[in-house]
Amino acid sequence: MRYLPLTDPDRAAMLEKIGAASVDALFADVPAEHYLDGPVAGLPLAASEMAVEKHMRRLSKKNLAAADAAFFCGAGAYRHHVPATVDHIIQRGEFLTAYTPYQPEIAQGTLQMLFEFQTQVARLYGCAVANASMYDGSTACWEAIVMAARLTKRRGVLISGGLHPHYVSVAQTMARFTDEDITYQLPTLEADPGDDALIARIGDDTSCVVVQYPDILGRIPDLQRIADAAHEKGALLIVANTEPVALGALEAPGNLGADIVVGEGQAIGVGLQFGGPYLGLFAITNPKHVRQMPGRLCGETVDADGKRGFVLTLSTREQHIRREKATSNICTNSGLCALAFSVHMTLLGEKGLTALAVENHRLACLAADRLDKVPGVRVLNDTFFNEFTLVLGKEARPLVRKLAEHGVLAGVALGRLFPQGEGLDDGLLVTVTETVTEDDIETLAKSLEEALS
Amino acid sequence: MNKMNAGGWKPGTPVSSDNEGEYPTVTGNRALKLEERLIFELGTRDTCGVDLPEPDTNASNRLGKFARQQPIDLPGLSEPETVRHYTRLSRQNYAIDLGLFPLGSCTMKHNPRLNEKVARMPGFADVHPLQPVDTIKGALGVIDELSHWLIELTGMSAVAMSPKAGAHGELCGILCIRAALEARGDARKVVLVPESAHGTNPATAAFAGYEVEDIPADKDGRVDLEALKARLGPDVAGVMITNPNTCGLFERDMKAISDAVHAAGGLVYCDGANFNAIMGRVRPGDLGVDAMHINLHKTFSTPHGGGGPGSGPVVLSEALAPYAPLPFIVKDGETGEIHLVEEENVGDEFPGSFGRMTAFHGQMGMFTRALTYILSHGADGLRQASGDAVLNANYILRSLDDVLDAPFGEAGHCMHEALFSDEGFADGMSTLDVAKGLIDEGFHPMTMYFPLVVHGAMLVEPTETESKATLDQFVMAMRSLAERAQAGDETLKTAPHHAPRARLDEAQAARKPVLAWQGSEES
Repeated sequence: MRYLPLTDPDRAAMLEKIGAASVDALFADVPAEHYLDGPVAGLPLAASEMAVEKHMRRLSKKNLAAADAAFFCGAGAYRHHVPATVDHIIQRGEFLTAYTPYQPEIAQGTLQMLFEFQTQVARLYGCAVANASMYDGSTACWEAIVMAARLTKRRGVLISGGLHPHYVSVAQTMARFTDEDITYQLPTLEADPGDDALIARIGDDTSCVVVQYPDILGRIPDLQRIADAAHEKGALLIVANTEPVALGALEAPGNLGADIVVGEGQAIGVGLQFGGPYLGLFAITNPKHVRQMPGRLCGETVDADGKRGFVLTLSTREQHIRREKATSNICTNSGLCALAFSVHMTLLGEKGLTALAVENHRLACLAADRLDKVPGVRVLNDTFFNEFTLVLGKEARPLVRKLAEHGVLAGVALGRLFPQGEGLDDGLLVTVTETVTEDDIETLAKSLEEALS
Repeated sequence: MNKMNAGGWKPGTPVSSDNEGEYPTVTGNRALKLEERLIFELGTRDTCGVDLPEPDTNASNRLGKFARQQPIDLPGLSEPETVRHYTRLSRQNYAIDLGLFPLGSCTMKHNPRLNEKVARMPGFADVHPLQPVDTIKGALGVIDELSHWLIELTGMSAVAMSPKAGAHGELCGILCIRAALEARGDARKVVLVPESAHGTNPATAAFAGYEVEDIPADKDGRVDLEALKARLGPDVAGVMITNPNTCGLFERDMKAISDAVHAAGGLVYCDGANFNAIMGRVRPGDLGVDAMHINLHKTFSTPHGGGGPGSGPVVLSEALAPYAPLPFIVKDGETGEIHLVEEENVGDEFPGSFGRMTAFHGQMGMFTRALTYILSHGADGLRQASGDAVLNANYILRSLDDVLDAPFGEAGHCMHEALFSDEGFADGMSTLDVAKGLIDEGFHPMTMYFPLVVHGAMLVEPTETESKATLDQFVMAMRSLAERAQAGDETLKTAPHHAPRARLDEAQAARKPVLAWQGSEES
């Protein structure tokens, strides 16, 4: 087996040193009736690199890759151009095959990168402190809800209908097993994101209000208004962002009254990958709350020679120290995805991120104007960044499936996201990034026209 | 120590004599050991390493009144500067590609590059999680094949693939247990966890709303079966047991433990972090386990990436299979067709599922890598891998137990990791000093001070992908360090001497946290 360096003479010499007759003898503690004396039956045996690659390639060909389609899917996972440099750097073995930087003297590469990443995220979100990443946006969002409960000592969680339904589902799953009391109403197909109705539901037991920005239908809620209303009742505002590129064009949530800002960082550097691994971002505006934050934190310090260096810090919040009293049970984060994000963000810088956001928005406006002209199609949104909702006048799900047969991935049908949602079946969420061409937009418009006629 | 600057000497500034030993350089660089500034000290807001159309500032927009007013203050670097920055940083990292990484319980094995190549095939890397099901048959095929392997290797009934990492998988398993108990109207309050458990176990049980109680270990470092039996009762929801345990020992009584827990109406969670030791040799399902997470980033070689991403699928017994979280796949026994079950079609057929633990489908990029690894090994190769992993660990145990105290060395062979204590070290010498000495010898330190049940624990897990020559080098280094620690060699107290940084002041980092770059005081 090509990954195993020991030779049979090595094994024999080592067994002699150990004083065991065979490798099987080393498993003497396993009760004999449960010890397998050969490979698990019914499974294939070892295969060459060539054979495995062939098998996997055949499987991969059964998927329709985004690059081979006119592609308009989003809804929490975005396709952007990732510069070749990003993948080169994350494949350097010193990053790829390192562990969590528990030995800081020989992990300054990872640690300095994390410190830079934390700073980039904090600035992007308009926050004071960001952590070193979490699993993904949906789990970061739940961790924010629990953190808000710790800070406010309240249990009411008010979730906007504009929050990604998978994020809502994660929160509802977890709340079944904790004391959080969730209030949530499905979104309605209206241009108005429903800020008034949300504000009206903030109560005296509300720990936090959770708002997505831009929301799942692409609309942009008025964060400052919601923040003011929440704060008046002693509640915190949690803002979830699934498309960080939007923040190149939109004001940062931290500058609009958010207390905790979480999000999915996948759009920058990580790629689609069928939904994972992704990158949870987590930041807070009030640095005094840092000891209630979940996840790893990297901090600056000095070494014994007086040189600047970085370490994981404030670990007294974490499970390996606090055990059942930890702020979260999380151990692993998304280090390599954080590196991809950070490299891409470094290549972009403020200038590039702004230009990228402008280009996304320009194309999305172009697409919205064109698609609005298709008979039977109406653009729902007054406001949007690179994602908007089309109202089709008929169920979107079968239409999306039909267009896919012709190489058009038209977007995400709201009926797939909200199977219980009344009146949402006609909605189609269309996302337009810089990877979409004007020809693609024309293809989508023509396909919709044909399918609806 | 440089008293002039609380932040310490920074790369890019002249070195003062306070910071340098022999043969100082003004840059702080030492030939190929290159210091590197932060991107915030290198870049500017006007530098960009990507070519994009010049923004038309007069274009109309649909952002409403929410267009950004305040600058983000993000520096950019050109492509060559970016490549150089991260390449320089990378060289300050130790990694499995550079040498032995014997972190006990972490299973730092070689990461095959075929896995990386496969994960980057466009059909896997460039696919959206919400594409119509007909366009993702290959992705469902990967999940199905990997699921089949995991189920067969563990002897279980089903697997929940979506958990994002080990601790997330633990949570999934415990939530399945809670859902199953609630479904039979038997809410229970307590989860029992051995003292030697990894910190995530009690944290997970607490997060899921349980009270956590310790189970004591016997003198051999294994769960005390009689003490466990005595504690079982109608309030105990279950146990969380790591097998092989964190002392590197197989829990011989696992089946008896499971039987006792089941007889008392509870369920058994097994932490599968150490599955690498027994893969292909014993199946947890045969030992009565109801749920076990598998760290694909340990046992199945997906890269650790400096702290993630992980992937923690959970295999489930027949009793827990109905409670798997969404989404999951179901294979039609007759047609072989694979169906994706999510909110859209979960319907009444799966009433037990408690909803989602994460958006989308889990760590697909890790599934492709893990499946590639598994297919490369085959059933025979996986069995040989666990055998070699255990052989390597025992070789280290028996090559060092004459110079280091091995607390359970008399208890027989170890599994995949060898455990030592600090007994016999001179006054003032600690496990930490030995670990830092190992850094100077060119090795990553072992896991230190864990498990908590052994004083000054040193937990060494070599894995199967190390050669005998590498192990012999490591043994040579460890024997020398053990002697120095016993002799009270003061130079160990200031090790490492040859790393990119000397020991870092962790107390200062925690006392006055600086968690984001604040700007340079010089500017």
